[in-house]
Amino acid sequence: MKLILNEEQQFLKDTAKNFAEERTPVNHFRSLRDNKDDLLWDKDTWKEMVNLGWSGILIPEEYGGSNFGLAGISVILQECGKTLTPSPLFATGVLGAYAISQYGTEEQKKKYLPQIANGEITTAIAIDESSHHNPLNINMSGVSKDNSYILNGKKVFVVDGASADLLIVVARTSGKTGDSTGLTLFLVENNQPNMNVVKLDMADSRNYANITFSDITVQKENILGDIEAGGEAIENILDIGRIAISAEMLGNTEAAFESTINYLKERKQFGVLIGTFQALQHRAAEMFCEIELTKSSIMAAMQGADNNSNELQRLASLAKTMAGETLHLVSNEAIQMHGGIGVTDEYDLGFYLKRSRVVEQIFGCSKFHTERYANISGF
Amino acid sequence: MMWENNMTQIDSFREEVKQWLDDNCPASMRAGADPETPLDEVWGGRKAVYKNPESKVWLDRMGAKGWTMPTVPSEYGGGGLSKEEVKVLNEEMFSIGAKTPLLSFGIWMLAPVLLEYGSEEQKKEHLPKIIKGEIRWCQGYSEPGSGSDLASLATKAEDIGEHFMVNGQKVWTSYADKADWIFALVRTGPKEPKHDGISFLLIDMETNGVSTKPITLISGKSPFCETFFDDVKVPKSNLIGQLNAGWAIAKALLQHERAFISNFGLAAAVGSKKDLVTIAKKHIGEENGKINNGFYRSEIASHKIKEHAFGLTLQRAGDEGGKASATASMFKLYGTEHNKKRHELMIAAMGTDGVAWDGDEFDDSDKNLTKAWLRTKGNSLEGGTSEVQLNVISKRVLGLPS
Repeated sequence: MKLILNEEQQFLKDTAKNFAEERTPVNHFRSLRDNKDDLLWDKDTWKEMVNLGWSGILIPEEYGGSNFGLAGISVILQECGKTLTPSPLFATGVLGAYAISQYGTEEQKKKYLPQIANGEITTAIAIDESSHHNPLNINMSGVSKDNSYILNGKKVFVVDGASADLLIVVARTSGKTGDSTGLTLFLVENNQPNMNVVKLDMADSRNYANITFSDITVQKENILGDIEAGGEAIENILDIGRIAISAEMLGNTEAAFESTINYLKERKQFGVLIGTFQALQHRAAEMFCEIELTKSSIMAAMQGADNNSNELQRLASLAKTMAGETLHLVSNEAIQMHGGIGVTDEYDLGFYLKRSRVVEQIFGCSKFHTERYANISGF
Repeated sequence: MMWENNMTQIDSFREEVKQWLDDNCPASMRAGADPETPLDEVWGGRKAVYKNPESKVWLDRMGAKGWTMPTVPSEYGGGGLSKEEVKVLNEEMFSIGAKTPLLSFGIWMLAPVLLEYGSEEQKKEHLPKIIKGEIRWCQGYSEPGSGSDLASLATKAEDIGEHFMVNGQKVWTSYADKADWIFALVRTGPKEPKHDGISFLLIDMETNGVSTKPITLISGKSPFCETFFDDVKVPKSNLIGQLNAGWAIAKALLQHERAFISNFGLAAAVGSKKDLVTIAKKHIGEENGKINNGFYRSEIASHKIKEHAFGLTLQRAGDEGGKASATASMFKLYGTEHNKKRHELMIAAMGTDGVAWDGDEFDDSDKNLTKAWLRTKGNSLEGGTSEVQLNVISKRVLGLPS
């Protein structure tokens, strides 16, 4: 397995780079935020992304996708991350597409995958129930009744939860909180009566929701994967998501870093360019090294996923830790090195800082993944 | 059809190499050797001493084939092999666990610049002896007053007709006391700007007026020496490249040195190869397979993650096909800083055993680790300090202004 992009992946990356620069520069996000847009992503832009085939990259060809793999969609997210492009691509094109392609029954695949690929529906995955990511900490109950299950409980911080048509919901069908067994995945239509979807206003101005389920009935045929075998599937879906979101975070990092290096080359104080100051040069060089290490970690993780690596869990935690720590570092340093202008709302840099702290929390922060890395590594 | 031909050629080369290794690689130089056989660190040269005579046999045979520098043209004593053939040679050597026949600053540093800057006579004179391990070289760069600011060096070489007269002092000369020749930077243009008055000179260490003195480090013994030049007469034919044009050669050689360090990655950084996790579990204790102190565990996990990411970065650089010069500084910086940190974590995990110096109350391995930890403090100084590497990255990679 080589740690470089193949031609196909490079092509996808170049296409996404052009798209992000031309169609969704940072101003695209800024106007959605300023206009307090309902979705916080743009339907026409999403349609263009769908037309480029991006929603079907993780979907097999027989269901209308292209099956280009995780590396393919990750490099697209990386480029979109550079301009903070908001879209359902992560929650739908990665999480929904992967979960159903991997764990769906033939009927479920036939029903949902073509709709995802052609942009008719978007999806979201509802897992966490508290402010810290913990996929075993599931209280939400799924109680068997006749040919169906009754769901009760509350999910928080559901990415794209306020806009998704279809939810993948993790509920406990047996056992107690903290058990890795007894978990089952359900496909649930969003916005049903007795579901309370509350849109969240987060620092990064993206689409999230808390969703409360009160006696929601789900037919047995809408169980995703095997009953009670959800624990393993969730970890797998999450790992794929962690790697993809790490790539988006790398894109955030690269843009903030590039903007900072450019600023050091043009801003003058004391009659000289501030980029001549060693106090700033060395910090910039250190960031460069961290970014290089992050790139390698994500490259290994996404190529590993596409090559069925038995190290997937460890690589996913490696990637999410490195992506989180490096984005954290660079978003802080970028602000400091830009000086006063960096903390004005008029300038784009603050968006990267706000996005950083929110995206760091998605599917586990660096501390969560450092601990997981240690567990997997046997110490 | 071309392709088929190539395949046949490379396949038959592989057979040839296999057979040759089978016939010529002595048993004690391969995997599965008797563990009682004494091991030599083979650096060659006139003063070489071998505990195991087969070390010498292996060096001589590989040297005669030119396979210690397989890509160098055969007219200079090299193997004259193509990249594909070198890959085959490496694979076949790896598959029998063949020992590297020769460690050599001549191979790693001098030979590449001789090939680029040396005259035909100089290449013919020096390359075969480097490749056969007949002459051992050392590097005369740093001086007491010229460390990071190498270009301020003061060792002078005056024109006295047929010869240069060299006077001055070098420091941090690794293995000067064991080397036969030294490649040295000398000042030949005292009035020129500092970068434009330096020449690259080869000096036989047996010449009158050359002397060496070993340096004891905070870790104890070391390979480093001071080297003194007291009215040393050096033939002018030993000048590499043009007079006063040595700085470009010096920099090219530093690139080779850093590339060499980064090729070896973490392994190149001198110190202990002991595993941090094993040490932590033994000295701090474990519970259900976890290091049972959360503060140590968290620091070690963060460190391991960086180590993993760094290893992948070395691999990626290889897969990208070696845009080495831009990233060599990053690898030097990161590899050495990481190695220092690893040793700090190891001795911390060992508590008072981690700072044992001598005596029967402590295991040899504990005492050795203390020395290894101290030795790592030099890693981020030798071959360009970490701060110099940061300068190189910020200027050459990021293009920040001077």
